[in-house]
Formats: sequence, C-alpha cells, structure tokens
Amino acid sequence: MHEIISSTLLAPEVTRLVVAAPRIAQIRQAGQFVIVHKGPRAERIPLTIADSDAEAGTITLVIQAVGKSTRDLVALHPGDAIQDIAGPLGKPTELLDAGHAICVGGGVGTAVVYPIAQGLSRHGVRVTSIIGGRSRNLVIYEDELRRQGEVIVCTDDGSYGRHGFVTQALEEVLIAGDIQAVYAVGPVPMMRAVAEMTRPFGVHTIVSLNPVMIDGTGMCGGCRVTVGGETRFACVDGPECDGHLVNFAELADRLGTYRVLEREAVACSDATCKIGKSQ
Amino acid sequence: MTVEQISAKERMAIPRQQMREQEPATRARNFAEVNLGFTAELALLEAQRCLRCKSAKCIEGCPVLVNIPRFIGQVADGDLAGAAASLLGDNALPAVTGRVCPQETQCEERCVRGLKGAPVAVGYLERYVADWAREHAAEITSQTPAPPSGKKVAVVGSGPAGLTAAGELVKSGHDVTIYEALHTPGGVLMYGIPEFRLPKDIVRQEVERLQQQGVKIECNVIIGTTYTLPELRAQFDAVFIANGAGLPVFMNVPGENLKGVYSANEYLTRVNLLAAYTFPEADTPVLKGKKVVVIGGGNVAMDSVRTAKRLGADEATIAYRRSKAEMPARVEEVHHAEEEGIVFELLVAPVEVEGNPEHWVTGLKCQRMALGEPDASGRRRPVPIPDSDFVIPADIVVVAVGTRANPLLTATAPDLKLNKWGNIEVDDQGMTSIPGVFAGGDIVRGAATVILAMGDGKTAAKAIDAYLQGA
Repeated sequence: MHEIISSTLLAPEVTRLVVAAPRIAQIRQAGQFVIVHKGPRAERIPLTIADSDAEAGTITLVIQAVGKSTRDLVALHPGDAIQDIAGPLGKPTELLDAGHAICVGGGVGTAVVYPIAQGLSRHGVRVTSIIGGRSRNLVIYEDELRRQGEVIVCTDDGSYGRHGFVTQALEEVLIAGDIQAVYAVGPVPMMRAVAEMTRPFGVHTIVSLNPVMIDGTGMCGGCRVTVGGETRFACVDGPECDGHLVNFAELADRLGTYRVLEREAVACSDATCKIGKSQ
Repeated sequence: MTVEQISAKERMAIPRQQMREQEPATRARNFAEVNLGFTAELALLEAQRCLRCKSAKCIEGCPVLVNIPRFIGQVADGDLAGAAASLLGDNALPAVTGRVCPQETQCEERCVRGLKGAPVAVGYLERYVADWAREHAAEITSQTPAPPSGKKVAVVGSGPAGLTAAGELVKSGHDVTIYEALHTPGGVLMYGIPEFRLPKDIVRQEVERLQQQGVKIECNVIIGTTYTLPELRAQFDAVFIANGAGLPVFMNVPGENLKGVYSANEYLTRVNLLAAYTFPEADTPVLKGKKVVVIGGGNVAMDSVRTAKRLGADEATIAYRRSKAEMPARVEEVHHAEEEGIVFELLVAPVEVEGNPEHWVTGLKCQRMALGEPDASGRRRPVPIPDSDFVIPADIVVVAVGTRANPLLTATAPDLKLNKWGNIEVDDQGMTSIPGVFAGGDIVRGAATVILAMGDGKTAAKAIDAYLQGA
C-alpha cells in the first residue's frame, strides 16, 4: 500500500499527489513513469513521475481528472492509500550534457517536462521553458521551472504571460539562439505542432508519449506507436521518442479507442454517486 | 467409503467416464467454468479403470513426474486424503494442471488402456482429487518440511514455473521470495487463461496454499527496473528467473494499428486480470465486437475466440494458416470451441486489416493457403494460393500468433547468455551462464505450456537445492 502524503489542487481538474513509494523514489530518473492501480476493480494507468524525494521516500504524481479512474485517484486524501504502484518504467530521458535546451510543457504535460528540465539543469545545460495553458489558472509548475532557468508563459486567451500558443514563443527562441534540443510534453496536437516547428531548424526534438497501456512492461502491446515507420511499444521503447518520426495522427486516433466507454464509466459512477446522496 | 475389489474383467469393462459440462449454448454466454468436474461415483468408476501398471508409462509422459497410478489407486481404494497428499507431494498446482494440461499428448497418450479403447482420464481424476483437497485441507497430512536451511532464494515471476519452483524450494527448507511485476500473483494463470477454463478463485487458493507453506510474494516489483538482476543476486543465495514470455508478436501487415486490433495478451489481460467483462462495474473497458476474428491456432487463440463469444459476439472466427491437424491447441479446447459455434477459417493467412475512414476495423483480408512440404517443425508448410484473397468482416481482430522474449530483465544483466531470439540459455539443470542463477518456463522456451513451465520449475528447484547444499 502507498500512502497519500499530500494532495494539492494545482489548477481546475489538475491535482498533485505526493505518495509513499520509497524504492521508486530512490532510483527513478527523469522521463520514467509508474503504473498505478488504486485497488480492486480499478484500471491500471500509467503516470509519469513529476518529482521524487528519496529521503522522504515519496514520489510526486500530477493527475488531470479526465475519466473515472483519474477522478478516483484525485479524490484520495492524505492518509488514504493506493494499493499498487509499479515501476519505475520506461527509458529515462536522454539528457544533454551541455548547451541550451528548450522544455515545452502544455497543460498537465508541464509537470512531466519539469523533471526533464531539472535533469538538464543538473547536467549544466541552460534551460528555457516555454509553458502554456488555455488561461492563467491552468498554468502549472511555473515557479518550479523558474528554478531551472528562464520561463516563458503563454496562454491561449492572453490572461497571463504572452497571448498565443507555445509554438509562437518557441519559434522566436529557435530563431534567436543556438538550441541543441527541444523536449516537449503535452496534448498530442501541441507535441505535433512543436515537432513541425523544430523540423526546419533541424533541432533534435524529444516528445513523451502517453498512449493506452495495461501492464507497462511490454506485455500487452496496447501502447504501440509508429515511429519512423516501425511499430514501437511506448512502455519499453519509450515513453520518449524522436518527435520528428512519430506518427501523431495514429497516436491521437488510438487514444480515442475508449472514448465512448470512458463516458459510460463516468456516467455510471455519477449515477452511483447520486444514489449514494439520496440515501 | 468401503470399496469392493473388482475383477480384472469388470475393470476392463468400465468405459471412460465423461466430464460433466455446461451446455454449449448456455456456456457460450457466460464466464463460468465449462467443465463441472466428476462426482464421487464417476471418479471411483474412472479410477477403477486404471491397471496400476508396474512400469507406469503415464508417469514418463508427465513433465512433473506425478506418480499417477499411486494417486489413482488411492482414489479407487477410497482413500482421497491419501490421494491428495500423494498428488500434492508431486505437483504444486494440481487443480490448475488438472484443468489446463494437454493430457492427450502426455500421460494419457501413453496409457496402456488407450491401446485398446480410451485411456484412463488422468486429467479429470487429477482435477477431482485437487478439488477435493481444496475443500478438505485439514484432512491432508502434508509432508513435513525440511528444517530451515538458512539459504535465501529469489524467484522472478509468479506464474506456473515460479510457483512450482517456490513450492519445491520451501519444502526443502529454503527461504523463498517471489517477485511479481503485476499487482496479483499467478502470472499467465491470472492474466492469460480465462475464468471459464481456470477459475481465478482456484488460482488464488493455490497461491494461498503456497504462502501458508512459507512462500513470500512481493507484487509490483519488476526485476530489471525496480531491482536489477545483479542487485537481486547479491541479496540471495540463488535466483530462479521465470518471468514468462513477454512481448506480443504482430504480423507486420497494414492496418494493424487500427482501433479494434488487439494482441491476445492485451485482450485476455483486460478480460481476465482486470475483469473487463464486468465493465462498468470494473473500471477497465474492452471493446465488444459483433464480429471477432482471432488469428492463430494455439490455446491462446482458442481462449481469445471463446472469450469473444462470451462477450457477446454473434460471429467469432479462428483464422489459422494451416489445417486443423496442425493446430497446437489442446484437443478439448478445439472441441469445446466447435461446440460453442466458433467458426474455423483454416488454411488462410492475413494480408491486411481493413478499416473505415474513422480508423475502426471493418474486416480482415486473407489469402488462402495450401499445405506444401514439411518445414523445420515437421508440420507441412502453408503455401499461398495466388489470387485467392477474400475478406472476413470483423469489428475486432485479435492477434494470437505468439510472443517474443521480454528484454526488461535481460537488458540489465549483460552477463546472462541469451540465444538469438533473446531467450535465456540454460544447461540441463536449468542453470544460466551466471552461477547460482537459474531460469525456466517461457523465458527459456519461448511460448510453451503451463505444465512444461512447471516441469522446468521442478527441475530447477532440485538443481538449486543441490547447488545450495554444495555452496
């Protein structure tokens, strides 16, 4: 069992859970994920590790409550527990050893790009983070990223930072400087746009993929993605891939496999909640 | 129970007793076990058919060398507690093997009674005794375990090989810890083999029995990431690697990444381990097709196609590139599948998965095959017939054409010698290229059967015990 140490609402629908997982806290590296299984009848879901504290024996998970399983997780309070956490899984991020890198984070993906920025700055790499959200209250991890270097915030509605998409700010930084790598984590359309933006600049671009996954150890093949025309399993070959080679259209399409059933699960659990309230 | 001695003539006159089963039409719509087991009367009659041969050929056919005439003789003599103790002494998981072993190519194939008529139903009797044992645990005198040896053994994986090895090793007095990557012990017995063939409560009970005997199990530990093999080796006196087959093989045909294409591993894991057939009561969904095609001819293909039927498919079809005679599946599974209305498209090879503009599967385009000369496996090689393409309409396609070795553990153990397919190489005692590290089951064999994995577990346990005594 993994005790919830703290739970913080970072933005609407986005929660940071600090959870006891001593072994994983000790050995996890940037870019790696865990499979979380809340308890009996729960789904197994992959979550990238946002941070860890080896001394306290905790890992940080940032969760966007989009479906029934993620809602169930963010509903946990300090003192509650998650039954199973397995990991760390996936290949660690390939970090530069020198130079200047850009970390692009969109929405909840900003929490996933954070450990990459942290790793880079520990390697002595200059980090510029470009992070965005629809509006001000959806921008997360700004302060944490500022400790790793310069941060440019973009909002779609202009309520905070620059008005516009992260790709516009990215283009300017690419034009301005000698950039060795771009790391991008966020919604599929954002990662695709980032990859398209960096392609003409010839800058190595790494994206972190989050496809449907069951075991996280290569066994199910549900997380298969096409990279450079070949099928790869995001869990063991990734989750980070060369953004210039990923078939994003297929990834986005496959992520929609369970959309109808997910709505059914949410509707069903809402119905259960109402029954609970009327009693 | 009093038992009357019967004459040899009477013994020879008893016909092979039939397994009681759920009706095909009923069972094809539920997940309850198909086989209902022997009654006491049926078991006694069947046991009386055994000739108790002095040189029992059936034992040679058993990968874990169960003393078959002994336990069947005890059933015939009315000594069920004795039969249970005897069987459990030889086989750590008899309730499992009694249900999933391919007896027709092992013990029963060698049964003398099979020369003239039907062999003794060894599997059915094993199942009967194992089920009796589960309900009468207190009445069974178990072997006294050896005094603690002071040696620690780690087992990687809690599937059939790992559980068997662990069971044997605790009997020898060793301190055994199993590391399991998933959240529940049992390996393929939990995620792979469906409820209707092997109820999960039975697996849980068998695992609990081993735990009561002293086996420790830690779930959610992936050797290769949570701990590396060298780390494990440093903490234990010996290690047994039985982490299973691993990565599903796809066919590399166009359309394989359309929505509605599953590997058998994913399809079965959703349904078995995560109970997706009860969705939305369980949180894990599975796509339920009206027309499901499963590619392959092994037990995993049969399990997948019969699962599809139970999930409500109107048409559930096996597409296999050879003929029925070459199918590697157990005879009983093929027979049950036919009874349940599974369609068999034989001598066909997939060419392409077809989809609609929204990228959902609409069908499987296949090519007809003919059997040519025998290949390396001794089976006749399928050869494509030109211009024979046709489409099987489908909304779900399940690929059950095998697995390849999982690299997670081996990638962190550079000293571990592998063959060209990535499987671990072992000597005839099950020891790998690293002293004190043994391996067995699918990670050594590639995809094989539960009982062969258990045989490896038993062999390795014996070798580990000898290794530890010498150490």
